[in-house]
Amino acid sequence: MYSAIVFLPLLGALVAGLFGRVIGVRAAQLITSSFLVISALLSWVAFIQVGLHSHATLVPLFTWIDSGTFEVDWSLRIDTLTAVMLVVVTSVSSLVHIYSIGYMSHDPHQQRFFAYLSLFTFAMLTLVTANNFVQLFFGWEGVGLASYLLIGFWYEKPSACAAAIKAFVVNRVGDFGLILGIATIFLMFGSVDFDTVFKAVPAMAGKNFIFLGHEVSVITTICLLLFMGAMGKSAQFLLHTWLPDAMEGPTPVSALIHAATMVTAGVFLVARMSPIFDHSQAALTFVTIIGATTAIFAATVGLVQNDIKRVIAYSTCSQLGYMFVALGVGAYEAAMFHLFTHAFFKALLFLGSGSVIHAMDGEQDMRKMGGIARLIPFTWVMMTIGTLALTGFPFTAGYFSKDAIIASALVGTNPAHMYGYAMTLIAALLTSFYSWRLMFLTFHGKPRASHEVMHHVHESPLVMLVPLAILAVGALAAGIVFEHWFIGEGRQAFWMGAIFHGGDDILHKIHHLPAAIEYLPTLMMAIGFVVSWIFYIRRPDLPKALAASQEPIYLFLLNKWYFDELYNFLFVRPAFWIGRLLWKGGDGRIIDGFGPDGVSARVLDLSRGIVKLQSGYLYHYAFAMLLGVAGLVTYFMFLGVH
Amino acid sequence: MNDGSILSLVTFLPMAGALLILFIRGSEDVVARNAKRVALWTTLFNFLLSLYLWVNFDPTSAGFQFEQKSEWLGGSISYHMGVDGISMLFVILTTFLMPACILAGWDSIKVRVKEYMIAFLILEALMIGVFCSLDLVLFYLFFEAGLIPMFLIIGVWGGPRRIYASFKFFLYTFLGSVLMLLAIMAMYWQAGTMDIPTLLTHQFPPAMQTWLWLAFFASFAVKMPMWPVHTWLPDAHVEAPTAGSVVLAGIMLKMGGYGFLRFSLPMFPVASDFFGPMVMVLSVIAIVYTSLVALVQTDMKKLIAYSSVAHMGFVTMGLFAMTQQGVQGGIFQMLSHGWVSGALFFCIGVIYDRIHTREISAYGGLVKRMPVYAVVFMIFTMANVGLPGTSGFIGEFLTIIGVYQVNTGIALVAATGVILSAGYALYLYRRIIFGVLDKDKLKNILDLDRREIFALAPLIAATLFFGIYPTPIFDVTAVSVEHLVSNYHAAVEAHRLAEITKPLGDLVQLVSAR
Repeated sequence: MYSAIVFLPLLGALVAGLFGRVIGVRAAQLITSSFLVISALLSWVAFIQVGLHSHATLVPLFTWIDSGTFEVDWSLRIDTLTAVMLVVVTSVSSLVHIYSIGYMSHDPHQQRFFAYLSLFTFAMLTLVTANNFVQLFFGWEGVGLASYLLIGFWYEKPSACAAAIKAFVVNRVGDFGLILGIATIFLMFGSVDFDTVFKAVPAMAGKNFIFLGHEVSVITTICLLLFMGAMGKSAQFLLHTWLPDAMEGPTPVSALIHAATMVTAGVFLVARMSPIFDHSQAALTFVTIIGATTAIFAATVGLVQNDIKRVIAYSTCSQLGYMFVALGVGAYEAAMFHLFTHAFFKALLFLGSGSVIHAMDGEQDMRKMGGIARLIPFTWVMMTIGTLALTGFPFTAGYFSKDAIIASALVGTNPAHMYGYAMTLIAALLTSFYSWRLMFLTFHGKPRASHEVMHHVHESPLVMLVPLAILAVGALAAGIVFEHWFIGEGRQAFWMGAIFHGGDDILHKIHHLPAAIEYLPTLMMAIGFVVSWIFYIRRPDLPKALAASQEPIYLFLLNKWYFDELYNFLFVRPAFWIGRLLWKGGDGRIIDGFGPDGVSARVLDLSRGIVKLQSGYLYHYAFAMLLGVAGLVTYFMFLGVH
Repeated sequence: MNDGSILSLVTFLPMAGALLILFIRGSEDVVARNAKRVALWTTLFNFLLSLYLWVNFDPTSAGFQFEQKSEWLGGSISYHMGVDGISMLFVILTTFLMPACILAGWDSIKVRVKEYMIAFLILEALMIGVFCSLDLVLFYLFFEAGLIPMFLIIGVWGGPRRIYASFKFFLYTFLGSVLMLLAIMAMYWQAGTMDIPTLLTHQFPPAMQTWLWLAFFASFAVKMPMWPVHTWLPDAHVEAPTAGSVVLAGIMLKMGGYGFLRFSLPMFPVASDFFGPMVMVLSVIAIVYTSLVALVQTDMKKLIAYSSVAHMGFVTMGLFAMTQQGVQGGIFQMLSHGWVSGALFFCIGVIYDRIHTREISAYGGLVKRMPVYAVVFMIFTMANVGLPGTSGFIGEFLTIIGVYQVNTGIALVAATGVILSAGYALYLYRRIIFGVLDKDKLKNILDLDRREIFALAPLIAATLFFGIYPTPIFDVTAVSVEHLVSNYHAAVEAHRLAEITKPLGDLVQLVSAR
């Protein structure tokens, strides 16, 4: 069964990819989607078996790499952590497949699209079922490839191609850390197998090794290197620049890859590595700081963006920051819970905005929308549910998971926990503000689109609306139903050691917080809503006036803190400049100049010189001979007399 | 094992094919057609024949197998052939790539087809000979003679600057070879034999090792090529015909790495240990330097040529780390790079044959007209980038793992190659394959034809299969590499002990003399 979950999407991808032209569009859609639905149903079965009935297993497949003591196998590890990810990945993926049948119906390359989607799902599943670091890396890179292909799906758009390369290369910066992290693990533990390494971690705690000539802590170094990978994949502060650009891809892709699944791989990685991270206070503190900074940074940028998808992209970035804060303070379960609920409401928001874009003839700029709530009421309801869940409206999914994170940050013990608390709390206000801003700008107020577009606004077909409805159910109910298992009383029975715990039980502590503090996030949400309402419904002239009076801040936010410009200046342009210098100067002038070209030129010079000597005149030769004799005589006179 | 002549058969069968082609008579068309057919069938048959080696290879032994030995010249030079776990797969690699080479020139070579095919068959024989010979002189003969057909291939069927390129190629490699010849003579004076298995057990005095090592290094470093003696490679590739590039990148570069494994490391362990850090530093310089240079290339072939240098940097780095993972990874990287870079050059040849320019800016949007080509090129681009699941990943990853155990700093710098390779490879792919197809010349370009698919399919299969299941290769190399690594460390350790106890010995001598 577990093999079926993982390999059905691969089969679908191969069929649609290789035989797409033979079997036609419809067959490709049906095959990939139905395989994914089967895979999703099986995943829920697995979830119930593993999570609720405690049947963790390991399915060995075959040997991958075997070099000396370096042994890596292909296998499927199914524990609760995996099961949660299986459910998230296959459920969202199957819904996105179905949704895409409608959304992509006018595209000429649908077989390719569905093949990529299924390929992505397969790679993601190998990532979450990995039992060793190298298979994890396989999935890690596989999803990177699929993400690259899907962002660049509309390959004729230069911006899409650029975004695709950017996504891949920035991710590779993270992978650089991940590779070195794996190398360190093998060096210190002699194995890359999860269980072997986890068992040996306590003995390794407090030990040092020599890294780049400095003596550093083994565990902290490993954690920081692995976390670098997580930062790349999960678009955390400093390595976040690719995610907003990734919105160049089709909207279903954004929902699946850049909201619900791939970008959460970093969170999954840290949760999976909790037995290692728990032994390094320093690394956890760093995780908290990066997470909190991302949460607030992305939220501030999200305030002023005008592209509907970019707002949600920054929101994703910010929510991932929340998850890392939870990981950093040791509330791994809360992070996984937020990952789980976030998958539903963020996919819902993305697919909902896809429905809006579909209705508006491909328009993504919110400044050209407005007043369409009555025209597409179903989409409006769906988006409202998604927004409520995201902002943490009581008893929706986000309310449980997000507030648990904020509370965990408060009771955490690492040095950065108050920073985490403050940032996540403020970001809750900002989240509420920009989410409602999105809703008001898109659906309410006066229509700003052209008359023609407004005339065509229509509700999406059923094949797109049903997935929305299913996700909406998740966004409303996932919190209340699963709280008990993920972070409540049933959590020990549920996780069963899939997530490690040191001494401190953060989640236990949050139940003893005063009520006033518990309601603080909800209050923040309410304030955000009210401010947003005043800005965009009551006094629509206010935002412009504010932007004009605070122009430097506005531009700073609008240009995303100028990170793209900074990186271009620091890395991209120097790389090309140095490359050109090394090519023309290094290879051309120095190596060839002094090497082969130089030598052959000198040989030619020399032979030309020698040719000149051979003038053919007898008196030249006689003169040379005379000089030679004189030299010899002199030599013997002064030195050769012994 | 008495199947001693199989290696000679595999080595000289292409020569027989060449001889056959020589006797083809008739009009020019007929000669060309028949020459092509004979060459293709010879190489295919030779590949099947060489598989016999793999099937009957005993992976549990570190010794030489399929040995054949007979007296040849003056008692001290013999005709001695044999393969072990290190060299056997290079023989297979050579026979595996040759049919694709023949197919690469099928339509694009219009003049002197007969001579072209003969040159390639002779080249194949000489290259296989390099990997099979167990006599130093025999090795040297094959090693050097291989230069001649390659020199001709570039010089006769090459591009406009072929004379410059072929001379540069010849001079660079020849300079190294002269030094190696001197070293070989010195080895004979010291050890009194040319037999490689005997030499492998001979212990050269440490002071002499240094000089011998340097002389061999001069030759192999040029061949590899290592930074900074790599500049012949881009020029040679650019001017060589497609098949020439495939052989050059796919097989000839591996002779350098093979030389390190067969001579430098096992025969001069003390010197290798001494110079190891230098080699690793040169390797990582190559990785970063040539990757950056690759980023700014405007000529497709040059770009791939520079990326080859970077990939060979991983190889030398891994070999001189002298850990099981480093060496096995290095060997795997060489094999994988053999078919991946060969395939990349083939892919570039495909569009060059159609449009006749290597300028990247002349292309764009090819996926529109050439979807199959786009997929194939994507697979090899990803293998070049080292994506897990392709064979390119395993070598790169293992060498980093192997080097990390010896020096974390070197591994760290090498790992930046992972980022840079993604940069230049995807940037190239984007400029050629993606974008809008708006150039007039490209409007009628055709997708891969049957011949091209037939040539590329085995390379794709190897890339994906060995990416997911590399065990067959690791099984073959494991024991031989283990043997190599443990002997090496024993020798280095013995030398270290001798160095430490030397003052003591001197003292004892001094006292006893009194």
